[in-house]
Amino acid sequence: MSDDAKQSAVRCTLNGRPRRDFVPDNMLLVDFLRETVGLTGTKIGCDGGECGCCTVLIDGEPRHACLTLAAVCDGTEIETIESLDTGGRLAAIQRGFNEKLGAQCGFCTPGMVMAAEGLLRENPNPTDDDIRAGLAANICRCTGYVKILEAVHFAADELAGRNEEAAA
Amino acid sequence: MNEIKKDVKPAKVIGVPRPLIDGPEKVSGKALYTADFIPYDHMVGRIFRSPVAHANIIEVDTSKAEALEGVLGIVTGDDCDEGFGVLPIARYEYPLARERVRYRGEPVAAVAAVDVETAQKALDLIEFKYEELPAYFTSEEAMAPDAISLHEHREGNIERDVDYDLGDVDGGFAEADLVLEREYNCAEICQVQSEPHAAIAEYDAERDYMTVRASTQVPFYVHLMLAKTLKMDQSRIRMIKPHIGGGFGCRTECLNVELICALLARKAKGTVRLVVNREETFITHRGRPETDVKLKVGMKKDGTITAVDCQAIQRGGAYGGYGIVTILYAGSLINGIYQLDAVRYNGLRVLTNTPPPGAMRGHGTVDVRYGFEAILDELSVELGLDPIEVRRKNLLKEPYETLNEMFINSYGLPEALDIVEKESGWKDKRGKPGKDGDGKYRGMGVGCAHYPCGASKPVNWTGEPHATVHLKLDWDASITVLTGAPEIGQGSSTMVAQCAAEVLGLDMTRFQVHSGDSKLVPKDNGAYSSRITYMVGNASIEAAQNLKTILIEAAAKKLDAKPEDIECLGEVYRAASQDEGLTFEEVVMAALEGTGTITVKGNFDTLPESHGTKKFRGGAIGGAKPEDHPDRSGGEKARRQA
Repeated sequence: MSDDAKQSAVRCTLNGRPRRDFVPDNMLLVDFLRETVGLTGTKIGCDGGECGCCTVLIDGEPRHACLTLAAVCDGTEIETIESLDTGGRLAAIQRGFNEKLGAQCGFCTPGMVMAAEGLLRENPNPTDDDIRAGLAANICRCTGYVKILEAVHFAADELAGRNEEAAA
Repeated sequence: MNEIKKDVKPAKVIGVPRPLIDGPEKVSGKALYTADFIPYDHMVGRIFRSPVAHANIIEVDTSKAEALEGVLGIVTGDDCDEGFGVLPIARYEYPLARERVRYRGEPVAAVAAVDVETAQKALDLIEFKYEELPAYFTSEEAMAPDAISLHEHREGNIERDVDYDLGDVDGGFAEADLVLEREYNCAEICQVQSEPHAAIAEYDAERDYMTVRASTQVPFYVHLMLAKTLKMDQSRIRMIKPHIGGGFGCRTECLNVELICALLARKAKGTVRLVVNREETFITHRGRPETDVKLKVGMKKDGTITAVDCQAIQRGGAYGGYGIVTILYAGSLINGIYQLDAVRYNGLRVLTNTPPPGAMRGHGTVDVRYGFEAILDELSVELGLDPIEVRRKNLLKEPYETLNEMFINSYGLPEALDIVEKESGWKDKRGKPGKDGDGKYRGMGVGCAHYPCGASKPVNWTGEPHATVHLKLDWDASITVLTGAPEIGQGSSTMVAQCAAEVLGLDMTRFQVHSGDSKLVPKDNGAYSSRITYMVGNASIEAAQNLKTILIEAAAKKLDAKPEDIECLGEVYRAASQDEGLTFEEVVMAALEGTGTITVKGNFDTLPESHGTKKFRGGAIGGAKPEDHPDRSGGEKARRQA
């Protein structure tokens, strides 16, 4: 059986709920989320830091959960894709990806959505170049990115109330 | 009672932009992919891979690994003596190597253990004894006279030699005003779909029953290969396709991952989860082979193509896979896009000590087409002709039968050329290359490509229709589309529901789709060859028409009218002369009376002309973007010609 790896206590807020866990010091955050907690929305698409499928927000900043040790998340606030929809309604960025077909196979989508969410909190009115820079650490193999740009713009417009104005 | 609105119209579903039917799951992280099934009591699977490219296996000693606490099962080549492969004539690859390893990274053994650390330790304890053999990494090395054969039944390491000479090729070259010969080397590439390969196999030892979920485009082919390699009755296997993170062709055949997972699950008598990493996904490969293309094309001064001579050599990797078909398509699809009256083709598929390629997008055709379109541009420029006009000069007229008996019944190239010429600003921009804002020179060239929609005969010919769709209508007045067509991100579940909804005039909200569970949905051959919209879409249309007939008859009976007098408005059915009618719910209840839940079927077959002995395929045409960056492959030519 496995050696008993050294464990650390981690207190964090995960998707709005406080948690207290003991995690092995070598456990990646993405494995903690997927295998220990059961939040499988966060994906693993590469062998470390290349695809961005595992992007989550740590204290509001987009981070690769595959390059982050769970043990260092003590005292942080972690948000995953599962946290975005509230009250039975998709968040603006999720509606953008849904309406504008920013998701096809959907495997990169959780990471892409979280990176975009982080970007929009920082910069509510991003230009195409801002979006490209904000999503530079995320790879999509289906869409060709044009629909993803449209998805993020849709969300920015929605948050600013511009979609309703356009419809009115 | 549902109120009837006077201005009701059938819903328009096709041609209306709309989100994917499975979009909300995908954007909220709720969509479950194979690796997302993590049962508490699962075992972790890991593969021991060959460290060398070519060797005789002397011994795979797993005794120390088996003795490790927490190891619950180990399989090697001894556990499976049945070959697998997508083509019935080339099933000589084993899930785990037997006697010989033929590429670096080929699976040799696999371990099921209680956790990742234990599985990894067990791999380290496996002792692999082998005797190295000379390894060939290029087609040329593998075809050398003194090269040993990778497989005894493939002498000279030739997997397939395709040769044909149609029309008067030499006469065609004699007739030409200009003949050019060019060589193109096209690199081997991999799909790199977002989701690494994964499988989870649940073996019920009590019932001798296997349930497998896998990241595949072809659950039915996987089902067949599971039955063959496990030597289990097909009926004792349930194959489920969860959400799939793309494929682009690397999953159009059963891979060793799902077979090894199932072998482990049976050996360890439980549930094994085998998620391979990105590097292993690269090694599993099934991408596009490296191809050396030699082309000779003759053209008259007016742009008419007089003759084509093509040689293609594909580095085919260590096993057949789709190889025989890939090298066939590389040549056969030279035809079908232009009027060609003389074509010679020699294709060689070579076995090498590299991971086997597969059916990557545009299966087999892309590299030869790239060369062909490049040489066509060169010929045009040297003869002082407009490359788009040259394409127009050589258009064919559908319906058309090519020299190699492909039947083209849908073309569209003339329209595509018009659009490309207009939208690209071809007439204004061509001949005036300039630096763009990014400092790169940009010129204009044109390239066309085509691909058939599905094969006229499936790989495993059984006489069944090409596609079958079931629609289930129940008391809740919702319709469940049951289809084996694997949704892999291309939107097929949305499409198949759209087709049915359009026929019935109903909004998509009345539909749900179940795709890919062998015990629930009708069989489907899978997501490949651009076949699903054409074949499964048409099957869905037929199923919906059959359901509509039943609903109209039920409405007629209820309204005491003749079926031909019933007007179907989607949410309302009424007799033509009446203002009042029945809501869809009322029609459904009428239809279910005395018979219960209704399931209808729709089938699709390719056109009758495509059956029989001829090897032709339906045509589809796509225009390529006529611009290229000079720093990309082929760009030098684009700049010079511009």
